[in-house]
Amino acid sequence: MDSISLFPVRVREQFALRAREEVIRMASRGGCFVGAALSCVDLLAHLYLSVLRLEGQGASPDRDYLFFSKGHGVPALYAVLAGRGFFPRERLGMHLTLGEGIYWHPSRAVPGVEFHSGSLGHLLAVAIGVAIDIRLRGGANRVFVILGDGELDEGSIWEGLLVARAQRLGHLIVVVDRNAMQANLPTEELVPLEPLVAKFQAFGCVVRETDGHDFGALETAFADLPCQEGRPVVVVARTVRGKGVPSMEGRADRWFARLSEREATQVLAELDVVPGSSAET
Amino acid sequence: MSAHSYEEALEHVARGRPEVMVLTAENRLAIRGLAEKLGPRFVDVGICEQTLVGTAAGLALRGRIPVVHAIAAFLTMRAFEFIRTDVGIAGLPVKLVGGVPGFLSEENGPTHQAIEDVALMRLVPGMEIFCPADEEELVAGLPLAIASPSPVYIRYNSRPATRQSRELVFGKAEVVGGGRDFALLSYGLMVREGLVALAELEARGIFGRLVNLRTLAPIDSQAIERAARETPLVVTLEDHLLTGGLFSIVSEHWARNGLSTPICPLALSGWFPPATLPDVVRHAGFTGVQIANRVAHELTR
Repeated sequence: MDSISLFPVRVREQFALRAREEVIRMASRGGCFVGAALSCVDLLAHLYLSVLRLEGQGASPDRDYLFFSKGHGVPALYAVLAGRGFFPRERLGMHLTLGEGIYWHPSRAVPGVEFHSGSLGHLLAVAIGVAIDIRLRGGANRVFVILGDGELDEGSIWEGLLVARAQRLGHLIVVVDRNAMQANLPTEELVPLEPLVAKFQAFGCVVRETDGHDFGALETAFADLPCQEGRPVVVVARTVRGKGVPSMEGRADRWFARLSEREATQVLAELDVVPGSSAET
Repeated sequence: MSAHSYEEALEHVARGRPEVMVLTAENRLAIRGLAEKLGPRFVDVGICEQTLVGTAAGLALRGRIPVVHAIAAFLTMRAFEFIRTDVGIAGLPVKLVGGVPGFLSEENGPTHQAIEDVALMRLVPGMEIFCPADEEELVAGLPLAIASPSPVYIRYNSRPATRQSRELVFGKAEVVGGGRDFALLSYGLMVREGLVALAELEARGIFGRLVNLRTLAPIDSQAIERAARETPLVVTLEDHLLTGGLFSIVSEHWARNGLSTPICPLALSGWFPPATLPDVVRHAGFTGVQIANRVAHELTR
């Protein structure tokens, strides 16, 4: 299986920075689940730039799928899809405009979105169906599913993992945005998930752990997939809610935010001081 | 068609259409031989109806036509939100086959009684609802369900046919008898009791008609409209809760169209005591003779 060329880390960082700006602008246009989006910007930037074989890259029949199951994090997905040219960036400016399809959860009307989500615990099952069909047709496509860690409270995730293992779906890659926060509380305070890696291992998955904000680490985590015949892969990406905006990071009250113009300007200024990043794109 | 049983019919369709896949949540009663015959196009996910339906949606996204089998109560209730959200919102052509619906759950008890399945499936925009009266209708309607571009709920009923029924078309009722004394509207398992009631009343000099709806969505509005305009009494008969089923459909139609013909609903008011099918039907008061007595009584009121 040939892999696509990796964009340099610097390019991915700048791409992610631009995506964060878009997320914050969406938070200022009626509000969005900004904290939940910012934790997976780097993950999505890495996947869309350096992991996924996308349509139009000469690999269409065997293109990869990405199902975004933690639907409320969709500003990150939209910013990344726009950055990748799936649709014009101007459409992000239509956030919450009637008929534009850009609302608080993913819509299939937006190019690049494989399936709608919003109700948690659904897209692992949908991805399993896609993965079964890929195997039936002898395809080399891989199927990625982005889950939130709070979403792991849903029983359908765990039955899905049982089925994925039973169906021997080695080309199914589950990515957990482990930002350690539920909507209102730390996961470990509400419904403890740890030891999480051991749980996924006990379900028969190959588990990789990574820093979800370190592009070098992400390269290692997503290298050489699928890796073991018949065993689904789980990548547990340790992330930070609100990542990239110091005043929002790890805060329980920044799951959702509706920013005023002034607040948005302040928050955008914070992005500039993230070490190793630049506002220029 | 050479197929006689549901399993043979499904195999026949699957052989003709490679995109058809057969799925189950470990409920193989109706499809026992298909695992071997269809190979990888048969998928048993185990006892997890939510993942079953979500998986079917994923298969449909890739162009498959999944025919999904589970106990009707668990399929329509445990997995309801997956049906609504993954199949319904996307309008995917997933075919949901609910086993042992209504009285057919017999001795299983209230946990297994799907007596609200029609109501729930009616709540999913775009969902078609097929309620075969017997195995003959089930087999005749299966290719139509699979050919439909819509999601379809099939209220599975493989009881042997007691008669030769007329050509099956979705959205078109079968009307038996042309009497104008009353109209008995029904679907599924209860159609056979309705036929018995029709004959019983004829012997008493009361001439009505039986309207076998076959599909509740799409519904044959013309047939129920004629029942209202041409007879003085409309009886709805169903092994389903009073709320949300045929009685509701008819009442909504009456309200919308300003009809005032009296409706006598024969439906369930709650869970029924588990027993063998004949005992269940008798206890509910839904045997042909009991229905005939009820209709005769209504007509003398």
